[in-house]
Amino acid sequence: MKTAASALHLLRPESPAQALQWMRERAPLQPLAGGTDLYVALNFGTCPARAFLDLSRLGAWRGIKVERDGGLRIGALATFAEIRDHKGVAKALPALCAAAREIGGAQIQNRATIAGNLANASPAADSAPVLLAADAVVELVSVSGVRRVPVAEFFLGYRRTALQPDELIQAVVIPTPPRAGQWYFRKVGTRAANAISKVVFCGVRGPQPRIALGSVGPVPLRARRAEAALAAGEPVETAVAALQQDIAPIDDLRSTAEYRRFVAAGLLRQFWERTASPVRRPVRRR
Amino acid sequence: MRFTLNGKPVAVDAPPMKRLLDVLREECGLTGTKEGCGEGECGACTVLLDGAPVNSCLVPVAHAEGAKVTTIEGLRGHDKLQRAFVTEGGAQCGICTPGFVVAASTLPRGASLEAVQEGLAGNLCRCTGYAGIYRAVAAARGGGKSAKKKAKR
Ligand SMILES: Cc1cc2nc3c(=O)[nH]c(=O)nc-3n(C[C@H](O)[C@H](O)[C@H](O)COP(=O)(O)OP(=O)(O)OC[C@H]3O[C@@H](n4cnc5c(N)ncnc54)[C@H](O)[C@@H]3O)c2cc1C
Ligand code: FES
Ligand code: FES
Repeated sequence: MKTAASALHLLRPESPAQALQWMRERAPLQPLAGGTDLYVALNFGTCPARAFLDLSRLGAWRGIKVERDGGLRIGALATFAEIRDHKGVAKALPALCAAAREIGGAQIQNRATIAGNLANASPAADSAPVLLAADAVVELVSVSGVRRVPVAEFFLGYRRTALQPDELIQAVVIPTPPRAGQWYFRKVGTRAANAISKVVFCGVRGPQPRIALGSVGPVPLRARRAEAALAAGEPVETAVAALQQDIAPIDDLRSTAEYRRFVAAGLLRQFWERTASPVRRPVRRR
Repeated sequence: MRFTLNGKPVAVDAPPMKRLLDVLREECGLTGTKEGCGEGECGACTVLLDGAPVNSCLVPVAHAEGAKVTTIEGLRGHDKLQRAFVTEGGAQCGICTPGFVVAASTLPRGASLEAVQEGLAGNLCRCTGYAGIYRAVAAARGGGKSAKKKAKR
């Protein structure tokens, strides 16, 4: 049953310092960013939280910056609409723009934030494979200070993250230009937008190939065995076999484990085929 | 809670986590904005928040504070678009129509059929099969000849 809004408290800090202090002193507080995950849960009556911390006034956590070394610093509150349309992201990490434009429709993209996507920790979070393949780092902050955690170590298990109860994500950092190599991104779902992925795949072909997938296990993951096979110059079919060891898909409402294994294998083959020529190709759009 | 609703300043007394959708319909008495799914999927509740289309079923009214909210009732200068929904068969039962019109009003002029489809991907219609909707948007928002022709199919 829908949660009654009148029973919900909302704290509205004006600064990160105030937000962090309240996270420690007034626990438990559920951070609220764009609300696109939280309000679905509230409407279903499955969100246990009754006290929320509104992040929307934390101006310092907005915006996207291109760093001097060519890396990106994406504020926690950056929406997928901003990421989708950002020229610096398009240049440094076009696969992230491609992922952003397939996260829900325009209405969702205008509200959904990158930190919310990560903190929600759905195995199907579409930004995650791109960030994993880019070796991105999540900046976690509390009154005790900042911790920098690689995205690969941020997801601990099904809907479990490295966030401590009093910590917030302040930014996602993409170290130096991740463009060395050719990028490939593809989301397979029932519809281009507004559909949860059945399988989402991001790959970079370079001296050290990097491959990450979503919806094929309890967390978005790097396919380390498949990467090693490709790095060793093995034929792609050897990597496809290794990939099956990397992933652990399940049967659910959207798909079967068997289908997901089949699609993941197909995506790996397509990634390798399309990035075969050394010419830099644009990231595939549907 | 103060915000600008359809160009006029308003002050409402509502809990901060109440859905903007409910505040618009209950406190403000504007029932043009519809609830379809209540989970962000259908776009029937689309309004403009500072000019950008959002699902009002997922927005706490607190996030409207100090902002400009535009609902279907306050959409100005889109008569052509609204009429096109009627003449092109873009509306049947009508529950999705306000959301489609509000979302379509933000599409750039001359958008290709693909851009219209992508821009309206967050809106669902159970009646029309979409062809009439795309025709209406192509007819009103320019879209160029090829988009209009393609939308006819
Ligand atoms: C119709 C629909 C379609 C969708 N389609 C997609 C899709 O295609 N792909 C996809 O990946 N997702 C999709 N989503 C899910 C959702 O939109 C994204 O996960 C979004 O990025 C969540 O961000 P938010 O700001 O709205 O998060 P919120 O709902 O505000 O928060 C989500 C979670 O993150 C926590 N949180 C938020 N910000 C922080 C922070 N800075 N620090 C710590 N914790 C934080 C919250 O406490 C909460 O647990 C869809 C949702 C809907 C309703
Ligand atoms: S009612 Fe809001 S998206 Fe369906
Ligand atoms: S006209 Fe009935 S849902 Fe679109």
